[in-house]
Amino acid sequence: MQRAAPAPALGDAVAHQTETFAEGLRLDCGTLLRPLKVAYRTYGRLNESRSNAILICHALTGDQYVAERHPVTGKPGWWEIMVGPGRPIDTNRFFVICANVLGGCMGSSGPPSEMTDAEGRPQGRPWGTAFPPVTIRDMVRAQAMLIERLGIPKLFSVIGGSMGGMQVLEWAALFPGRVFSAIPIATAAWHSAQNIAFHEIGRQAIHADPNFHGGEYWRHGTIPARGLAVARMTAHITYLSEQALARKFGRRLRTGPMLTFDNDLFEVESYLQHQGSTFVRRFDANSYLTITRAMDFFDLAAEHGGSLDEAFRATPVRFCVISFSSDWLFPTAMSREIVRALNAAAANVSFVEITSDKGHDAFLLDEPDLFRTVSGFLKGAAERWSRG
Amino acid sequence: MADGTPNLRSGRPLSDRLDLRLIAEMVEPRSRVLDIGCGDGALLDILVHERGVDGRGIEIDMREVAAAVAQGLAVIHADADTDLAFYPDAAFDYVILSRTLQATERPREVLAQMLRIGRRAIVSFPNFGHWRVRLALVTTGRMPRTPALDRPWYDTPNIHLCTISDFFDLCAMDGYVVERWLGLDDQGKRTPWRRNRRLANLFAEQGLFLLRRR
Repeated sequence: MQRAAPAPALGDAVAHQTETFAEGLRLDCGTLLRPLKVAYRTYGRLNESRSNAILICHALTGDQYVAERHPVTGKPGWWEIMVGPGRPIDTNRFFVICANVLGGCMGSSGPPSEMTDAEGRPQGRPWGTAFPPVTIRDMVRAQAMLIERLGIPKLFSVIGGSMGGMQVLEWAALFPGRVFSAIPIATAAWHSAQNIAFHEIGRQAIHADPNFHGGEYWRHGTIPARGLAVARMTAHITYLSEQALARKFGRRLRTGPMLTFDNDLFEVESYLQHQGSTFVRRFDANSYLTITRAMDFFDLAAEHGGSLDEAFRATPVRFCVISFSSDWLFPTAMSREIVRALNAAAANVSFVEITSDKGHDAFLLDEPDLFRTVSGFLKGAAERWSRG
Repeated sequence: MADGTPNLRSGRPLSDRLDLRLIAEMVEPRSRVLDIGCGDGALLDILVHERGVDGRGIEIDMREVAAAVAQGLAVIHADADTDLAFYPDAAFDYVILSRTLQATERPREVLAQMLRIGRRAIVSFPNFGHWRVRLALVTTGRMPRTPALDRPWYDTPNIHLCTISDFFDLCAMDGYVVERWLGLDDQGKRTPWRRNRRLANLFAEQGLFLLRRR
């Protein structure tokens, strides 16, 4: 989709389905965010006993448009391969909900949404960099308010990959009585130093863009497109694997002789530049800063006195932990830490490392072992749920 | 099944290994069970669906783990030699190790861990005291190959073989009570020698033990 200039107020360009909570949400940082807005989408039908609800938690740059055409990009939903009629998360059976995370830019309260004061009065400007820092736990509390508003006493499952997996773990730790099963995919119980480091490169690129204007680019009618694109390009490399890059691009040249300094010489460069330039049309730079920080802050063990076992003590939740062999951003060792803590807490846990050369992004791609694992686990959990 | 009716799931034989049936019979219905080296979950499937147990499994082969989880069983990829230490004391009523003890690096430690995390342990293993094993070594002078031990020495996972008598000795040494034991033939059926240790040590292809702490 080609646009002459990206809309400056991304969150308002499209009317998103939204619930507003006038009482607001007290954030971990102490700020009362009031009112709280949660934009979301649902698929399938909630059954009479309200026992078939699945919450999908999206990743850093995902959003609530899981299984339908995206209203901004016009592209298919980001997890249509997993969610839909007859898919592993079958919308003929399950009522699937996905909410835009707190701090996001697709209609939930976040940097591009209108700033409010402590009494909830609108200030006639976007939050921008004044938006308070949020945590994964804040995101989960906002989702929990939505789930309550939708009249669902207990979710059948909470499922998500990457940052979505962090939310899944937080859901299980924070609301063990409101979740029957949990599928954290390609994730970790804390964000590693290496991952924080990669995030910082992205943030620095945004800050260095002259169009960033200290975060007040909305005042100047610009967006830090260059910086945000570089942030996306760096991050995108971490989502792939060396094998996947070699298989997709190798050392192939686009055109021309080798010994020039042209942009776009190698195919892999042009691919990354495309990833960067399409990203800036659908994502807000201040949201990117806010959400990467939320991931960096995440440390579920630290939230429970330094012990991950303690986070899951006596949990009734059934877990299915999934990792991918070539994921170096959230490697299998991180999933194994979660599994060991769950074992120590005597939790019911399944764990599969799926062999794939597609890196971290494998959770979004066509991986038949992933689909078999998710549908099999959900089937087993449904048998157990119906037995009470 | 909670109501006690058998669940005959389509297309899957409930078990083609008779020793799994004998193990399942040792387990109290609706108890908590950990199956170490559970493979694709054949035993867990019987335990969960026929005896209503809360069953978990660990398995070192990732392909088998994927198959078991896809059937809806709670199985994790883990190594019995290192990962049992992460389970709390007395987390299970039974910890099962079927035909795997001889393939562990430290069988004595594994057994100790089993009886730490479980109130009871169920162990089966190939009996290296079987007459065919003894005869093969005496007559051919080469490492014996039998139906229960069918791989050549350089390609076998079985690194800590023992006889039924050896196993009784280890239980006595480490203070485990043998509540029940059986000698099985190569198909996993009960042998007529099960009343006599010395005869079982000569004629049983496998030993099956139910142990508890003293």
